[in-house]
Amino acid sequence: MAEAAAHRSHPTPAMYWGIALFLGVVTAIEIAVPSISALDPIKVPLLWMLAAVKFFTVVGFFMHLRYEKRLYKTLFLFGVFGVFPLFIVVLLSMDAL
Amino acid sequence: MSSQAAPVETHDHHDIRPIRKAAMWVFLGSECMFFGSMIATFLLYRNETGDGPGSEIFNIPFTSASSFVLLMSSLTMVLAHNAFEKRDARTTRIWLGATALLGTIFLAGQIFEFAEFVHEGLTLSTSSFGSAFYMLTGFHGAHVAIGVMMLMAMFYLSLDGRLYDDRGLNVELVGLYWHFVDIVWIVIFTVVYLLQV
Amino acid sequence: MVLDTSKDLAPAEPTGIWSWITTVDHKRIGLMYGFTALVAFFVAGLEALLIRLQLTTANGTVLSADAYNQLFTMHGLTMLLVVVMPVGAAFMNYFIPLHIGARDVAFPRANAFSYWLFLFSTVMLLSSFVLGGAPDGGWFGYAPLSTQLEEYVRMDYYAIGAQLLGIASIMASANFIATVFTMRAPGMTLMRIPVFTWMAVVVSFLLIFSLPIFGVGLFQMFFDRNFGTQFFSGGGDPLLWQHLFWLFGHPEVYVLILPAMGIVSEIFPVFSRKPLFGYPFVVFSGIAIGFMGFGVWAHHMYTAGLGPVAEAGFGLATMMIAVPTGVKIFNWIGTMWGGKVSFELPMLFAIGFVSLFVIGGLSGVLHSVVPSDYQQHDSYFVVAHFHYVLFGGGVFGYVAGAYYWYPKWTGRFLDKKLGLWHFWLMLLGFNMTFAPMHILGLNGMPRRTYRYGEDLGWEFWNQVATVGSFIIGISFLLFAWNLIRSHKRGLPAGSDPWDGRTLEWSISSPPPVHNFDEIPVVEHVDDFWHRKYATDDDGRAVRMPDVSGGTISAETATGDDGSHEEEDMHMPSPSYYPIVAAGGIVTMGYGLVYVPGGWVVVGIGALISLWGVFGWSLEPVTRGGDHE
Repeated sequence: MAEAAAHRSHPTPAMYWGIALFLGVVTAIEIAVPSISALDPIKVPLLWMLAAVKFFTVVGFFMHLRYEKRLYKTLFLFGVFGVFPLFIVVLLSMDAL
Repeated sequence: MSSQAAPVETHDHHDIRPIRKAAMWVFLGSECMFFGSMIATFLLYRNETGDGPGSEIFNIPFTSASSFVLLMSSLTMVLAHNAFEKRDARTTRIWLGATALLGTIFLAGQIFEFAEFVHEGLTLSTSSFGSAFYMLTGFHGAHVAIGVMMLMAMFYLSLDGRLYDDRGLNVELVGLYWHFVDIVWIVIFTVVYLLQV
Repeated sequence: MVLDTSKDLAPAEPTGIWSWITTVDHKRIGLMYGFTALVAFFVAGLEALLIRLQLTTANGTVLSADAYNQLFTMHGLTMLLVVVMPVGAAFMNYFIPLHIGARDVAFPRANAFSYWLFLFSTVMLLSSFVLGGAPDGGWFGYAPLSTQLEEYVRMDYYAIGAQLLGIASIMASANFIATVFTMRAPGMTLMRIPVFTWMAVVVSFLLIFSLPIFGVGLFQMFFDRNFGTQFFSGGGDPLLWQHLFWLFGHPEVYVLILPAMGIVSEIFPVFSRKPLFGYPFVVFSGIAIGFMGFGVWAHHMYTAGLGPVAEAGFGLATMMIAVPTGVKIFNWIGTMWGGKVSFELPMLFAIGFVSLFVIGGLSGVLHSVVPSDYQQHDSYFVVAHFHYVLFGGGVFGYVAGAYYWYPKWTGRFLDKKLGLWHFWLMLLGFNMTFAPMHILGLNGMPRRTYRYGEDLGWEFWNQVATVGSFIIGISFLLFAWNLIRSHKRGLPAGSDPWDGRTLEWSISSPPPVHNFDEIPVVEHVDDFWHRKYATDDDGRAVRMPDVSGGTISAETATGDDGSHEEEDMHMPSPSYYPIVAAGGIVTMGYGLVYVPGGWVVVGIGALISLWGVFGWSLEPVTRGGDHE
């Protein structure tokens, strides 16, 4: 089960600072989006997308999931991607979407 | 069978670290469902404000600042983990302390925010909106508080050089948990705050 | 017994009460799960008999409406959460490590914690009978009924008790998943794992992903009852509870049945002397059932008014889930087909399982059809259906497992004559009890009502059902007597009484503390069988020629010739922290039931559990070879 991925070199502290800077910039964009009226039509998908970018950046780099065994990825992403269809159906059936 | 095949060495000795990590990832997958259910509840009740206030009482600049604090605590956490892997106990301790501090600032911010909202008339029982809001952010806050406690336990262990003893908990597992608490907030910040204003 | 080579280096089996309290041995924990569940089974059975007595005649006077509500609620809760799930956990605890060639589960102390938390939560749930009344809102706890009457603590016991049982199950499941994925013996690839252990993995995943949803629902119910929140009342929607409950509740029924399916998948090959027909199909259909089990929850809610699109979708999904289930049934029949079938007790119960499960499965397909379900909803037809799958299926399967593995637990057989009485009485009693319920249901008898009128003509079949239920009761008294008696007086079984196929039969009965003297190296599905038998030119199994007169002893089959270097076997050391932590958490639970007055108790419980958890996580781990 040990794959090549498990041995890919981990990021250095400098890279971690860079990633944090990137996350900060994305957050700044997120905060700005609601106040730009031109973006109103695509506000909802845009904000979801930016959140997903941040989410997977932290999971991939800070939690090292990019570099981990496939097993760990499966275990976790099961939960992440499982929760969406279930509750989309729940909310649809309750007329809340 | 051992006589003719004599194949792989029978390693009875399972390194326990990957086993714990697998269990931690399973647990985090489970937590996704936990928070997912509460986020769905919030989405369902986002407009059910009854007679009480709704999302207009949110103070986005304030919450943005505390979100940023929590986001940066992920950076300090990963630096602590990095130093831990390099067996640099002193640097690990500094970053652990910084993470715990940032977590505490976030919690203080949340308590302040809750107090403000209660003052403005939004309580747990005002409306379904209030119930869902406080439950979601409250359970998240409880997770942050448990995380801070674990960070302080690690900090304490590092003081007398016991950071590398084999125990139930280690910096890597605490780190995974901490980052998870952070990514949950990334979603909450978007869904509860940014999408509602 | 046979394996006495180099025993001197292995850890000795400790004795005494304290050794059971502090034990972290998966086999002992498995036995404790089984014993607790058996006791709870008799409690829940007694509840069922009282319900049957009440319904024997029209306008029954045995129970008040209030007592009836408590009894049918607790019968469901106990049977599902405290009997069948833990019986599954008992088998999983005992056999997952033995099936994959490991010395213990991944986290022995967390395993002990799961058991103690389960035991204490069970005691807490049952204690509600004498502490203000048991839960009385149905095991499904539908809001707004469950969130009303805040002055009673009954549904608080439900909310907290089920929550704690859920936490215990989540921890146990994470443990099993970590065990199977990281601690398999060399050569034990995923597609060589015995089917029972595969089903245990699927069940663990179902619990891991469904229990947190239920947990959120339970918290919301508890908050609504005690803190005035509006999740299901006021501006809230009671339908949300139904979604959250059934998102857990439907995967839960697969949690109950899949381990039983795994057990019979172990039994059929052994007693047909053939490999399991289509091993990969059985495994993958189990996984498919797990996946699809998450997508059919709303078929419990057809009459809640979800709209035609949702109902059609869930109806189709529900019909489809019959496909992987049917695949399994054909695989079991295919296993028996052309085999040398011997009708030993485990085999009888396994065949009973398949036959009754098919009946229950077919009436389940009827329920998936929306218009038909509108008629059957909340009638005794549904009661008949789920007892056919859960009792006729589940319980027959677990009892089959008990007859199959009792020799491994104790070194002795269960008495065959008593066992035959048990089987035939149980089969007769079961069908007498639940088959008439189909008729009653179609005649319109509603569930959960404590009385019915004389003019409705329901008395005859109700009386048949009551007689049947007492026959079931007698059959289980025989079973209990058999379990006790055979422990000392059963025929000695040796290490491999059934000519088994999987690794647990390669070690002595009962197994030594460390399970395997030497961790086996696995090369096949049914590895132990392949060590005993070779295949001749016609594809027939031939016992391998062996020194000991044609039969191979378990000793040589494991390759344990005593010449190998003994490795050090530090088993995890016993610990009392798990029981302390579990005790603290349940103390908190008791406090929460009685908030606001109970906050003090919550505080005390929190302190105890902090002591337990910190003592535990800072206690050094002893484990073989973890020197690095």
